[in-house]
Amino acid sequence: MVTPNPAFASELAAYGGEGAKLCFQCGTCTASCPSGRETAFRTRKLVRMAQLGMKEELISSEDLWQCTTCYACQERCPRAVPIVDVVIAIRNIAVANGKIYANHKRTGENLLKYGHTVSINDKVKAQRAELGLPEIPPTVLANDKAKADLDKILKVTGFDKLIG
Amino acid sequence: MAKYAFFLGCIAPLRYPGIEKSTRVVCERLGIELVDLNDASCCPAPGVIKAFDKKTWLAAAARNLALAEKEGLDIITVCNGCYGSLFDAAYELHEDKALLADVNKILAEIGMEYKGTTKVRHFAEVLYNEVGIEAIKSKITKPLGYEVAAFYGCHFLKPSKIKQLDDPENPHILDDLIEATGAKSMPRKQRTMCCGAGGGLRAGFPDTAMKFTKTNLENIKESGAKYIIDVCPFCHLQFDMGQKDLGFAFPVLHLSQLYGIAMGMDAKELGLSAHQTPVKL
Repeated sequence: MVTPNPAFASELAAYGGEGAKLCFQCGTCTASCPSGRETAFRTRKLVRMAQLGMKEELISSEDLWQCTTCYACQERCPRAVPIVDVVIAIRNIAVANGKIYANHKRTGENLLKYGHTVSINDKVKAQRAELGLPEIPPTVLANDKAKADLDKILKVTGFDKLIG
Repeated sequence: MAKYAFFLGCIAPLRYPGIEKSTRVVCERLGIELVDLNDASCCPAPGVIKAFDKKTWLAAAARNLALAEKEGLDIITVCNGCYGSLFDAAYELHEDKALLADVNKILAEIGMEYKGTTKVRHFAEVLYNEVGIEAIKSKITKPLGYEVAAFYGCHFLKPSKIKQLDDPENPHILDDLIEATGAKSMPRKQRTMCCGAGGGLRAGFPDTAMKFTKTNLENIKESGAKYIIDVCPFCHLQFDMGQKDLGFAFPVLHLSQLYGIAMGMDAKELGLSAHQTPVKL
């Protein structure tokens, strides 16, 4: 037996997931989801759980992380529910509650460390040079001041603490 | 001459520099001037960084948008992920003035401000809408006879409500761009399906991501296509690195590399040595 938790709606809304309330459970999303074909992830169920405010179950569920944000569901939703926004909102709540997988955390750490989601290495530097490109691309990787600016943003938003 | 701020992102410059190089050469041939968007960072990635903390995603994206705005230029990107991220951020900040004000409080910490004017364009869409198929055809020096699979990926056209580039269920832009080279885009099942890499799936659940890739590769094989043509370095990476274990060997080319070939660039200039699945021209 599930006890609905209406208070969750405002938390979801704060992260941009208020559109979940529009869902009338037709299941077009689940039928369109390429992840659902391969895993136990059921988009319709996730949205229903969000409507009911099943926070703990949602943020602890592996299913939450099976969405590739491909938008197949959202494109076909007859109620125009911004389903990907709902998924993103629940993921934000999960991460704010310390629920993050090690491999995902690493991507966040890369952003903190390099300003990019992947690092540069000697092999790619050599390939770039061979193509006549600067060994280090003209991004935050090439300018300490620019990287410091990005670092400041990640500090002000609390991303360093969230991931660190 | 059309002029854009070239947003590099992560995967193209740091894993497939041939995509960056081909884009520079092809744009020059087509009369598009690229100005490096210096000091930019990761877009940041929509399926992971945005999924971890939307506020961080929006602020870092706004910094990238503000860098272009300062140059008075719109952004061009060769990556669906960067396009998805920056387009969505620009859209949200343009539509929601309160949100823009909040983000500007963060940017003020680094002495920057975003006014909300930067437009974000995808390389493929700029070619189709600004250069045009006929003008592209006139620049093809080496017509190609390849039979290929057009791989749209997800964030190029979707969400279609805000992008409004093409029919997301039955698109034609990339097929038309491919066929301008003389190559034939082979019809296939589920041609708008995701590659499997996005949303943190490749990082978090690689086995599931590979199941997506396998379904796509089986459909591509059945279509008779011999090459995969993508418009996203992350789809490119997923197919290029994932095929061997699945028993496939389709050469993977970004649209910029296909155009490079059709405009006479050689294998060395295209950076094909970075590819895991060998590309023989």
